Amino acid sequence: MEFRKINRKLFDSYNTVLMIITLSLVLLTPVIMLIILGYKSGAILEDQSIWKLLFTTAWEPNRGNFGFMSFLMGSVSVTILSLLIAGPVCLLTAIYLTQYAGERLVRIMQPVIDILAGIPSVVYGVWGILVIVPFISEIIAPWFNVQTTGYNLLTASIVLAVMIIPFILNILIEIFRAIPVELTEATLSLGATRWEVIKHVLVRKAKSGIISAFGLGVSRAFGETIAVLMVAGNVARIPNGLFDPVYPLPALIANNYGEMMSIRLYDSALMMSALILFSVILIFNFFSRVSIYRIERNL
Amino acid sequence: MLMRAACGLIILAMALIIFTIIKKGFPSLNWQMLTSVPKGGYYFGGEGGILNALLGSLYLAIGATLLSLVISLPSALFLNIHLKKFRKLQNAIRLFIDVMWGIPSVVYGAFAFTVMIGFGWRASLLAGIITVTLFIAPIMIRGMDEALKIIPDLLLEASYSLGSTRYETAYKVFLRQAMPGIATAILLSFGRAIGDAASVLFTAGFTDNVPKSLLQPAATLPLSIFFQLSSPIPEVQQRAYAAAIVLTVIILIISITGRALSFRYSKHDIK
Repeated sequence: MEFRKINRKLFDSYNTVLMIITLSLVLLTPVIMLIILGYKSGAILEDQSIWKLLFTTAWEPNRGNFGFMSFLMGSVSVTILSLLIAGPVCLLTAIYLTQYAGERLVRIMQPVIDILAGIPSVVYGVWGILVIVPFISEIIAPWFNVQTTGYNLLTASIVLAVMIIPFILNILIEIFRAIPVELTEATLSLGATRWEVIKHVLVRKAKSGIISAFGLGVSRAFGETIAVLMVAGNVARIPNGLFDPVYPLPALIANNYGEMMSIRLYDSALMMSALILFSVILIFNFFSRVSIYRIERNL
Repeated sequence: MLMRAACGLIILAMALIIFTIIKKGFPSLNWQMLTSVPKGGYYFGGEGGILNALLGSLYLAIGATLLSLVISLPSALFLNIHLKKFRKLQNAIRLFIDVMWGIPSVVYGAFAFTVMIGFGWRASLLAGIITVTLFIAPIMIRGMDEALKIIPDLLLEASYSLGSTRYETAYKVFLRQAMPGIATAILLSFGRAIGDAASVLFTAGFTDNVPKSLLQPAATLPLSIFFQLSSPIPEVQQRAYAAAIVLTVIILIISITGRALSFRYSKHDIK
């Protein structure tokens, strides 16, 4: 009896150690990633100045020119445009679902959001090629008298917008739900219209939450690879308009890993682009999450 | 009304995606395609199927889900039982994992590829499994954590007062109580694992054979779709559409099962 008791205690401590090991393993992963990516990009940073790398557009790995500018601009423009498309749609839907819609619509929307979030990016890519590419090249572009293949900034942004909608929407709904009903009811009882309640109470109260939800959307859009790679056109140039092809950073990594070992500094350059992605997304994610945590605690 | 239009737009987008995929791929979906590997000249429109990618993806996703489960379950339980009294630390870890959640899979892929080159390893099923595990572990932990978080403190105290150790409380009380949520978290992670392309692009390789050991390269469905779609031959493209149906159906089944699970078992919870 006594022996069994000791045994149980021993087993408990042994298990605790095991749990600490697994958790530290998970928590250490990004730290190790940061160190190794940083170490690998060291080679190119020693060779060339960071300004030259970030702010020139010449991408000629054979001659040792690695200007990230066009890829950075590609990523930034795709991300901003997709947020411009997805943001208003999400905001309106979230307000509608939490303020106006009945139980039934909410019950229909939940699986819709789930499915949109679950569809793999390669399927989004296929959809983009089948639907959005011809839509842009045959219907939208002729309107503006533009000739395009359909593989361009606008197409990539539309596909990306649909992909980030479920992530933004989920958080927006949570944030709007957390606003106390008494607050809206009090305003309504003072004679405000529904629209005034939304404008002056809901949106104002949820402002930081909305910004963080968009921040998470940005980090999602910035790192998306396969779907964007399939529809963006992948021409290394700073896009001048909606119908220009773009070449975002993740697509650069995915397209070139095969040949990166054969050219000097190429692997270091690609690792540096992975490091840029990693850092930008980490920063966006961190501030959005911190602010969401703060909102949840205050409400 | 603008808001109703926005809501309708989202439903329309989902319907349009599923409709397009099914309409385009259904004509070329057949049994032979699912049960045979690519034969000679497959990528020029020859005979064969996508069994290599289908099985490769299943092996990879199941392997990664199991490996991730071994890491995630103890971590999530530790976070909710052992760290119960350390609110600040608990929240800091949650924040950290949430931030990790956003790291794109291509970065995991590039990182794993660099490490593999450093050690001189070749692309293999095992390397793919490890990379995908790194990528889905944060998702799985946070999913389980959400299910464990809502278990009332009373249950923990009741278990302690009956003389249970923390280990027993974790695996016999908390695990059972949060089972539906944990099962959903596992399913969701499986869905992520099977659908992701960017992380396996560098690490699992691609092959026309079904992998026979962990050290052989493995084909995956998303990559098979991606490669076949970039072919100029219409028949090969057709197969990419059919493969997209297979992948979409797998994801839909996972999504529906997950929902049914959390719905069905929620009535057994102690409130």
